[in-house]
Amino acid sequence: MYVAVKGGERAISAAHAWLEETRRGDAAVPELTVVQIEQQMGLAVDRVMAEGSCHDRFLAALAIKQAKGDLIEAAFLLRAYRTTLPRFGASEPLDTAAMRLRRRISATYKDLPGGQVLGPTFDYTHRLLDFALAAEGVERAAAPEAPTPVESAPRVTELLAREGLMQREVAEDAEPGDLTRQPLTFPAERPVRLQNLARGDEGFLLALGYSTQRGYGNAHPFVGEIRVGHVTVEFTPPELGFPIELGEIGVTECQMVNQFKGSRTEPPQFTRGYGLVFGHGERRAMAMSLVDRGLRAAELGEDITAPAQNAEFVLYHSDNIEATGFVEHLKLPHYVDFQSELENLRTIRRSAEAAIQEAAE
Amino acid sequence: MNTSEAPSASGATTLEGYNFAYLDEATKRMIRRALLKAVAIPGHQIPFGGREMPLPYGWGTGGIQVTASILGPEDRLKVIDQGSDDTTNAISIRRFFTRVAGVATTEHTAEASVIQTRHRIPERLLREDQIMVYQVPQPEPLFRLEPRRVETKRLHALADYGLMHVRLYEDIARLGHIAKAYDYPVMVNGRYLMSPSPIPAFDNPKMDRMPALQLFGAGREKRIYAIPPYTDVRSLDFEDHPFRPIRAPQACALCGSRDTYLDEVITDDRGGRLFVCSDTDFCAERQADAAKEAAE
Amino acid sequence: MTTPLLTAEGLNLHFGAIAALRDVAIDITAGEVVAIVGESGSGKTTLLRVLSGLMAPDSGTVRWLGQDVHAMGEAARRRLMRTDWGFVHQNPRDGLRLAVSAGGNVGERLMAVGARHYGNIRGEALSWLAKVEIDATRIDDLPRTFSGGMQQRLQIARTLVTRPKLVFMDEPTGGLDVSVQARLLDLIRSLSRELGLAVLIVTHDIAAARLLADRILVMRRGEVVEQGLTDRVLDDPQHPYTQLLVSSVLAA
Repeated sequence: MYVAVKGGERAISAAHAWLEETRRGDAAVPELTVVQIEQQMGLAVDRVMAEGSCHDRFLAALAIKQAKGDLIEAAFLLRAYRTTLPRFGASEPLDTAAMRLRRRISATYKDLPGGQVLGPTFDYTHRLLDFALAAEGVERAAAPEAPTPVESAPRVTELLAREGLMQREVAEDAEPGDLTRQPLTFPAERPVRLQNLARGDEGFLLALGYSTQRGYGNAHPFVGEIRVGHVTVEFTPPELGFPIELGEIGVTECQMVNQFKGSRTEPPQFTRGYGLVFGHGERRAMAMSLVDRGLRAAELGEDITAPAQNAEFVLYHSDNIEATGFVEHLKLPHYVDFQSELENLRTIRRSAEAAIQEAAE
Repeated sequence: MNTSEAPSASGATTLEGYNFAYLDEATKRMIRRALLKAVAIPGHQIPFGGREMPLPYGWGTGGIQVTASILGPEDRLKVIDQGSDDTTNAISIRRFFTRVAGVATTEHTAEASVIQTRHRIPERLLREDQIMVYQVPQPEPLFRLEPRRVETKRLHALADYGLMHVRLYEDIARLGHIAKAYDYPVMVNGRYLMSPSPIPAFDNPKMDRMPALQLFGAGREKRIYAIPPYTDVRSLDFEDHPFRPIRAPQACALCGSRDTYLDEVITDDRGGRLFVCSDTDFCAERQADAAKEAAE
Repeated sequence: MTTPLLTAEGLNLHFGAIAALRDVAIDITAGEVVAIVGESGSGKTTLLRVLSGLMAPDSGTVRWLGQDVHAMGEAARRRLMRTDWGFVHQNPRDGLRLAVSAGGNVGERLMAVGARHYGNIRGEALSWLAKVEIDATRIDDLPRTFSGGMQQRLQIARTLVTRPKLVFMDEPTGGLDVSVQARLLDLIRSLSRELGLAVLIVTHDIAAARLLADRILVMRRGEVVEQGLTDRVLDDPQHPYTQLLVSSVLAA
């Protein structure tokens, strides 16, 4: 009889063995190495690091391999690993003004100190499938090299702020909240909101950011600046009392310039939306900065009418590890509750049928 | 407390590279502090710094974190899902704790010191030396009526629960009776409205003045709450429409029980069906007892 | 003279440079209907919000049976709002739950103060629907299927079901047709007499004030420029602004 079967243990083991087999695919095809993924699937690695909230290219590549290329699953693996790591403390704030730039563009100025640096980008490529790539082993010509620019590249927002046109962000000494240690509570301060967005699902951020451009949130954004490159991470061990360099990490920063109509106490000026993410993730950083600006509506005294301005809505639904878990939990058995619903519906139908019959008589 | 290398008292060793019961000791302490607060204010939701776990959100991460924080090497763990020890998610969680804590496990309710559950309370009466850990998908009982947590927090603070009664009134007006069949809201200690987790309403009365400590963990929503032993737990109702636990009005096809919660099993495509106990351990014990009696 | 239910003294409130309330004092005793009249922007709705505790004044006090309304906690104020007080909004949608049946809307306040007998709650709801002239067959319908006048009558039933001592009304006939307005005013008048309700009603409609109110306060630019018994104020207005108000009604 069906109910007497106790095959759960065996079924799970067999299913996992099958999964492993399909992950590997045809054994006659050479196995992907983690290094190959790290080198040739770099943007996937970057996304997994960002959503997995852990900067480690090797582990992210390993997670992608294990997850069969499912990037949300890979981010989940990385998150579950990072949560077990001991915490020694927090680094000094990153100085993105001192970034070793690979790419730096501004949409608000034709040219500016430090210049526009296009860097490795899909922008301006023609999206034509390159069948030459299908033929493997073909050597590609190396990209031409230019001398490293000597000129420093000041932040665009800083240029505007010096003129008084850009609202200055006030540095705070208060220790920011830490989403990996404390639960999200409301009202959520901006540092916590930014943490949440930095590791939020890229598709969700993209759609929300996009919605602010389409009239759901009254945004008039300009890309003040996008910069991609490497920044030094410094850490001050308590026993030393001065910062030491730990190394470099790759990041993408976006500063989105937005209009602000002014208030009783403040003249009209630009305000900024901010995005900073691990690795090379322009779409993510841009979307993040749009949503960040949207979520500042309350603080700037703007009407809250759109989803992207609703902090509870955005922050509670941005995390794809939480979202995928809860959506997918629907495939767990629910037959106990369903049984209650069945009995419930039968009872309701019985009384409804009786009532109909009574009415007919 | 144990360390990662030490073999547990049950003789099993834990997974290399991980602390006993997966979470580090600082995190366990944080969770236990939240549990203490929760016990001190029965039914009140305590926010806690929920961690990512290697199992997905919605699959029991809250319950797992609570279990991991209270588990010692001497414990004997039972895990059920839908009342059964043999459902895939129960197996997965039981395996997890065998792997990372090396604790002994059992399928017998009477033998367990900690019982982690999804969607059921065992039929057998629990004792003072046992702890129930519930997996909770949505700790906020008012969430369908008021989605804003800032607002529900205020409603709880003011004990302003008129909204929930309106919902029950509407059910009776439209359908003739209260149509909530599971996750049926309860008042704890006469003060806080609480979600009992999606157990069938049939199980609600078991919560009232239960000798065992009841702990609730919601991982994704990062909330913990508790019902201390022997606390009053009342299902909301009206005087003239009293709370009614619902079950299928049949007898178990395996053990003949008429007072336990039953699952409906479809046996063929011609409308054939039978009903069996959802609590597989309880059912197996009754069958064994009956067999023994028959033999005597 | 009996002790007033509600007393307010020295109320001041500024929005930036604009004075919404200037040294306003008012009291209201049990069973009395008081109308606050004035054109829009005169501060009458602000006064209602301050008196009912929804908005804090810059200075001045509001006392309910001697208790400072703005000093009491939110829990106490909410309790007052669902027991001794009632509030009828201009737009019934602000005072009703549109996704809850008419019966549920009326029953909510009863349940909020502890009623737990379904049959009694429903009986009470039916008797209130009858009082406000809504057909009993509509008890399980959603308010969004009601006309504007019916919605407003439902809001009044929902507010009065717990028999409050004082009801605040903010332009209760505001968005309605003239014929519907007259019927609603009649209803408010008969219910307030029957139940011995004190009513504080804000209106820009002098005719409505004449029909309902025992006393009238005339407001202009945040200030009470004239007050007194309704007949006296309307038949023999002293302040030029009141004279203008009264004559503009006659002219219209």
